[in-house]
Amino acid sequence: MMQFMLLFSRQGKLRLQKWYVPLSDKEKKKITRELVQTVLARKPKMCSFLEWRDLKIVYKRYASLYFCCAIEDQDNELITLEIIHRYVELLDKYFGSVCELDIIFNFEKAYFILDEFLLGGEVQETSKKNVLKAIEQADLLQEPRHEYFNVPVY
Amino acid sequence: MPAVSKGDGMRGLAVFISDIRNCKSKEAEIKRINKELANIRSKFKGDKALDGYSKKKYVCKLLFIFLLGHDIDFGHMEAVNLLSSNKYTEKQIGYLFISVLVNSTSELIRLINNGVKNDLTSRNPTFMCLALHCIANVGSREMGEAFAADIPRILVAGDSMDSVKQSAALCLLRLYKASPDLVPMGEWTARVVHLLNDQHMGVVTAAVSLITCLCKKNPEDFKTCVSLAVSRLSRIVSSASTDLQDYTYYFVPAPWLSVKLLRLLQCYAPPEDAAVKGRLVECLETVLNKAQEPPKSKKVQHSNAKNAVLFETISLIIHYDSEPNLLVRACNQLGQFLQHRETNLRYLALESMCTLASSEFSHEAVKTHIDTVINALKTERDVSVRQRAADLLYAMCDRSNAKQIVSEMLRYLETADYAIREEIVLKVAILAEKYAVDYSWYVDTILNLIRIAGDYVSEEVWYRVLQIVTNRDDVQGYAAKTVFEALQAPACHENMVKVGGYILGEFGNLIAGDPRSSPPVQFSLLHSKFHLCSVATRALLLSTYIKFINLFPETKATIQAVLRAGSQLRNADVELQQRAVEYLTLSSIASTDVLATVLEEMPPFPERESSILAKLKRKKGPGAASTLDDGRREPGPGGDVNGGVEPAPSTGSTPSPSADLLGLRAAPPPAAPPAPPSAGSLLVDVFSDSPTGGPPSLGPSPEEAFLSPAAEDPGIPIPEADELLHKFVCKNSGVLFENALLQIGVKSEFRQNLGRMYLFYGNKTSVQFQNFCPTVTHPGDLQSQLVVQTKRVPGQVDGGAQVQQVLNIECLRDFLTPPLLTVRFRYGGAPQALTLKLPVTINKFFQPTEMAAQAFFQRWKQLSLPQQEAQKIFQANHPMDSEVTKAKPCWTTWTQTQRTMWVLGSCRPKPCRWAACCGSSPTPRPRCTA
Repeated sequence: MMQFMLLFSRQGKLRLQKWYVPLSDKEKKKITRELVQTVLARKPKMCSFLEWRDLKIVYKRYASLYFCCAIEDQDNELITLEIIHRYVELLDKYFGSVCELDIIFNFEKAYFILDEFLLGGEVQETSKKNVLKAIEQADLLQEPRHEYFNVPVY
Repeated sequence: MPAVSKGDGMRGLAVFISDIRNCKSKEAEIKRINKELANIRSKFKGDKALDGYSKKKYVCKLLFIFLLGHDIDFGHMEAVNLLSSNKYTEKQIGYLFISVLVNSTSELIRLINNGVKNDLTSRNPTFMCLALHCIANVGSREMGEAFAADIPRILVAGDSMDSVKQSAALCLLRLYKASPDLVPMGEWTARVVHLLNDQHMGVVTAAVSLITCLCKKNPEDFKTCVSLAVSRLSRIVSSASTDLQDYTYYFVPAPWLSVKLLRLLQCYAPPEDAAVKGRLVECLETVLNKAQEPPKSKKVQHSNAKNAVLFETISLIIHYDSEPNLLVRACNQLGQFLQHRETNLRYLALESMCTLASSEFSHEAVKTHIDTVINALKTERDVSVRQRAADLLYAMCDRSNAKQIVSEMLRYLETADYAIREEIVLKVAILAEKYAVDYSWYVDTILNLIRIAGDYVSEEVWYRVLQIVTNRDDVQGYAAKTVFEALQAPACHENMVKVGGYILGEFGNLIAGDPRSSPPVQFSLLHSKFHLCSVATRALLLSTYIKFINLFPETKATIQAVLRAGSQLRNADVELQQRAVEYLTLSSIASTDVLATVLEEMPPFPERESSILAKLKRKKGPGAASTLDDGRREPGPGGDVNGGVEPAPSTGSTPSPSADLLGLRAAPPPAAPPAPPSAGSLLVDVFSDSPTGGPPSLGPSPEEAFLSPAAEDPGIPIPEADELLHKFVCKNSGVLFENALLQIGVKSEFRQNLGRMYLFYGNKTSVQFQNFCPTVTHPGDLQSQLVVQTKRVPGQVDGGAQVQQVLNIECLRDFLTPPLLTVRFRYGGAPQALTLKLPVTINKFFQPTEMAAQAFFQRWKQLSLPQQEAQKIFQANHPMDSEVTKAKPCWTTWTQTQRTMWVLGSCRPKPCRWAACCGSSPTPRPRCTA
């Protein structure tokens, strides 16, 4: 089971965090700091897996963004690498050539997509079509907001 | 501003995010955030009711601020309100906020549960999914209590939408993992298994995870899933690459589902049904065959997905460990990956091969890759890959290749990364000991270790080399010569000085014949290092010096001068000062005979599991080292840990029932006090309870004897024998017996299955006891359960004097009755006889093992035979102080086949109810490991 997933930039800025195990905020911050540092220190040709505490870390870099997952001892590293890739594909399809900025400005969407794909740390649905159908359905349920131009900023 | 703003753009949010991004400094960012927080707070508190959109926007901003790493202490209520909105996106943001920010202790949990409940029962699949996601994301006990009973129903209901089923399966999995007691088993469990047959691949994908978890907990109840999983897997692996449409990933059919199914199968032994097994083996072969086919795509995703399935297949093959053909094929496949250009594959191949090396079927096949692995150790650029290579070398090592592997690891050590040096040192030390054919090689290897990586050679390692050298007289001369040479290096590591000092102090005489290593040369060599060493090492060297005085009387004057020097006698360090004073006095006042006795060569060490191995296990965590060693099946008695130690013809050792176990078994110690020659034993009365205060007699007679069961009838124990015995259940020293004539004191120590007991017989009268003869007898079956070796004591005990008797005790099996001690002597011409129960009870040989409650219960559950389990609950008579109880384990529960006891400190929340110990699996060897 995946224990958590972190997305962070080359500068070490956390862009998305998803925790599948209950941890205190303090512990989460500590883990994040430690892992961001460890992963950023690794050279490009190095292996995508590393042992960390009693977990396995699987990470991959896409442009300026690192995707980093922690899985348990018996979990499969290669399939986790493809979980990351499938998630990137889902984001890409939804946003249309996704970039870091999309995830910053639409972080809530990134979470929604992730929830359709992974739930409780396990893969829920691998079909790209089915995941995006669920998300787009939600967007259709969305009522047009004409008044939002009148709403004051913040 | 980004161009993309899909769905409902929240312009205010986008502006805020832009502002934050434009902040030039941390301070500016905090300022902007505080301004925003103040604004949101005023909006939430304001009189005007906010519309859903604004609420959603502000909640979303709060979420963003939280994710930036700032604390958020309000807004929860607004988020909960959003749950009851009938607008999907508002609901969605409410749920997101709760998933990320709400912890289970929140007092809002009841309100949240209300919202969740409404959506769960709404029959609107999108709303239901949102609610299920929320439960899965929060996963708290409170949510479990509220919903655990409803979700199984949703999962198996005929009219649930596929997407709802998927979410329900994983939501239930999360709750089951968090609080299994809350999920009721029932009729639904049978139907869950059949989800493996579901037409919708997504439903199967989600359900397999749940089923795997349920199988792990109740393998019997879910056994039917094996054949279903096999047929599902078979359909997937044999499908053409396009059959599964959107579930095909880069030409690989359903890789995620395949991996999950293979994982599920690893919960079980190979299927018994021949047809199912045949089908499964076919699947596994197909996967192995496909690995040999040319890739259908050059994309890395194709190869990763394909190999993910392949590695999981290999894991299953290793798990079954019953198909030699498949194991060897797996090994060959991994062999190809060892030289693959993808670092990831090399890493995984090395890791997987480690487990293959422990299978008897593939051990040889793994060994053929030794050169590639050694090459990996030398050339891999990534330290984590090199680490795997070192692990694999360790796993594949056996008698045939030990020399090569050890020398390669030593070479690697010179350049190894600091992070893994200690582990490599431990591994080298273990392999060198385990596979030593001649011990000179072992000694060389360990000295090399110290030379190359002295800083990483822990105490365990150098203690071990001393134990082995002490116990094996065929290597002592070589060891003395080698350390002498090693010490001549201009800069040598302090650990080398310690080993050298100890070995020369014990065995320096063996090389003293050579003028190049004559006693004065040995001494000045050691003393040249003295001033550079730490206190601990200097203390050790002082002991070496006093030993030198005994070994080489010609060095006495020089050494006394050193001891007398102000820098020693008035050393600021208490330990050093005391040693100097005592050794100096000892060397001046004691006669040569006394010196020879006190400073006798150390007796062999009792054999025990290598402490190095224990250390490695600790380092790697449970599993790693133990699987390795348990898994390695070597024929013959050499298979056990340390088994490589050839039985040695250790001179003077009395054959004992367990002599075949290890050649190093404790030989009866020659006449020497058990402690190192600390003068303390001379100056302080060992047994202060003794009324006479006379020093215990030193140096038992050098002849030693096994006391065979007395020919004479031992007699019946005195009536109070049991009571006297009970006093000693939890303590190891004190007065065992006392009457007007005689006092018997006991002092004992136990370690693993060995024990040593000192009996002090004090004559309280002023008349000499004659024909004084204590004997130990073994009533009943005890003969085969316990070995007690006694030293003979003098036949006369003078009035007011005390004699000491040493008993060496070895526990072979569990036993119930203690041995009997019969003391016969003549007092004033009248024969006296007395029979007591010797305070040796089984609990003396127990060793507590601490384990977490969870691990304990896991093992407890594994006990299947009725006689392996016994449970007794009793009221504690005294308040329990966990520290005290830990120090004196005393248990009343014990059954015949149980050998190992556990003490559980953390099992129960309240210390007063603290009472858990248990035994488990019998050891196959006739040795008590309790």
